[in-house]
Amino acid sequence: MQAPPRGTVYGTLLNYRGALDALGDAVHKPPYKAPPKAPVLYIKPANTWIGDGAPIPVPSDAKALQMGAALGVVIGRTACRVPIEAALDYVAGYTVVNDVSVPHDSYYRPSIRFKCRDGFCPISARIADRARVPNPDTLAVRVFVDGAPRQENTTANLIRSTARLIADITEFMTLSVGDVLLTGVPENAPLAHAGQRVAIEIEGVGRLENPLVAEDPAG
Amino acid sequence: MKRARVAYSGAIHEATAAGGKLRLEDGRTVSEDAVVWLPPFQPRTIIALGLNYADHAKELAFNAQEEPLVFLKGPNALVGHRAQTRRPDDATFMHYECELAVVIGKPARRVPRTAAYDYVAGYTVANDYAIRDYLENWYRPNLRVKNRDGCTALGPWLVDRSKVPDPMRLALRTTVNGKVTQQGNTRDMISDVPFLIEYLSGFMTLDAGDVILTGTPEGVVNVMPGDEVVTEIEGVGRLVNHIVGDAAFGRSEKG
Repeated sequence: MQAPPRGTVYGTLLNYRGALDALGDAVHKPPYKAPPKAPVLYIKPANTWIGDGAPIPVPSDAKALQMGAALGVVIGRTACRVPIEAALDYVAGYTVVNDVSVPHDSYYRPSIRFKCRDGFCPISARIADRARVPNPDTLAVRVFVDGAPRQENTTANLIRSTARLIADITEFMTLSVGDVLLTGVPENAPLAHAGQRVAIEIEGVGRLENPLVAEDPAG
Repeated sequence: MKRARVAYSGAIHEATAAGGKLRLEDGRTVSEDAVVWLPPFQPRTIIALGLNYADHAKELAFNAQEEPLVFLKGPNALVGHRAQTRRPDDATFMHYECELAVVIGKPARRVPRTAAYDYVAGYTVANDYAIRDYLENWYRPNLRVKNRDGCTALGPWLVDRSKVPDPMRLALRTTVNGKVTQQGNTRDMISDVPFLIEYLSGFMTLDAGDVILTGTPEGVVNVMPGDEVVTEIEGVGRLVNHIVGDAAFGRSEKG
C-alpha cells in the first residue's frame, strides 16, 4: 500500500493564479521586487513522505498545519529539454499529494523548516494511468477536514499547465523516472490540527486521507 | 579509508584508494585515469547551506542570517570528479563554490551538537556552481540557479570520519587554470558542522546517505568554457571539473 516515490518530489510555488494574485502589489516590493519569471520549485525530501492513511505529525510549536492539495505528476521517462507539445508523453500517471506546511508568510527564502518536517508529504500510492486522465488541466480539487468541505478549486486555474511546467523545468533540469512534480497548491489552503482528519480528492485521479496527530515531543 | 564509486570496464564499482591507484572491490587495481569517477556515494537528501561564511556573505552584500539559509537539491545536479559542467552561453556570471560535504551515516533525529559527529559517515569535496543571472527573490536561491543538471560536483573520495579528526579546521582552496582564486578555512563557518546537524535533525530526520554541503568562503569568480576548476580541501580531496559551453551539449542559439 505504501509506495514512496522512486525519485525526487518537486513542488511548484505560486502556480495557482489566485495564490499569486493574493500577494497583490507585494510581488513588486522588497524582498521580491518582481513576480516570479521561471517556475519556482522546492523539494519535499524523503523524510516527508508517508502513505495514504499514515498520520501527519503536528510539531509542538505549530498550532495548525496548512493542507496543500496538489496534483502529483509521476514522470515515466527521462525528460530533458522537452517541448510543450510532447510534454505529456513523459508522464506515467497522476496521483494525489498533500503538500503540508507550517503556515508562513514569506516566500523569500526556502522554507525547509516549514515544509520539510517528517511526514509532511503524504502521497497516494494509487497512480492513475495517464491514459485515464485525458486532460490534467481541468481537474476539480477538493479538501475535506473531518468530512466537511473546506476548499474547492480546479487545475484549470494553474498559471503554468502541467505540460508547460514540464517544458519550462526540463529546460534547466532533467526529470527522471519516478520523480513526482507537484503542479501547485491553491490559495487559501485549509488549516487542520492534531486530532482532525484531512482528505484530498482530485477528480479522476483519486483520494488521499490522513489523520493529524500531535508529534511525540520526546520521540 | 577513502572510497570511490567508478565506472570501469562496463560496470559500476566501489573502489578504495591504494597507493595512488584504485582497488576495485572485485580485486582489480586500476589507475585513476582509467575510470570514470561518479559521486562517491549515492545520496538520499541533498542539503545545502547558503551564506555560511561571514566573508562570503559580505562579498555578496548580505547581512548575517537569523537562521541558517538551507536549501535542497535533486540528484540531477550531481556529477563526479573530472566531469564536465555546462555554462549556458547567455550567462554572464557563473561561479564555483568549494564546500566541505558532510555525509550522514545513520538515522539522526534531535541530535545534540555534542553527539553530532557520531552520525557522520565521512566527508567529501563539493563544487556547487551557481549561475547568478537566474537568481530570483522567490525561495532564493531558486532551483534554476542551484539545481541545474551537472552543476554540483562531488568527490573524488568519501573519506571516513576517522581520517578527518577536526573537520572544523581544514583549509579550502580553489584554483582556476592553476591560479588560486579562493582560499578559506572551515573554522570560519558561521554555523559549524555539529550545530548544523543539531539544527537540521531538530525538525527533519536525517538518514544514511544524506549529505550537507556546508557553504563556501569568499573568492568566487566567473568561470568560462575551457576552464579547469579544482576545488580542494585539506585531508579530504582534490576535485577537478571542466567548464564547457552549450555547443558540447548540443545547444546553441541557432538550435
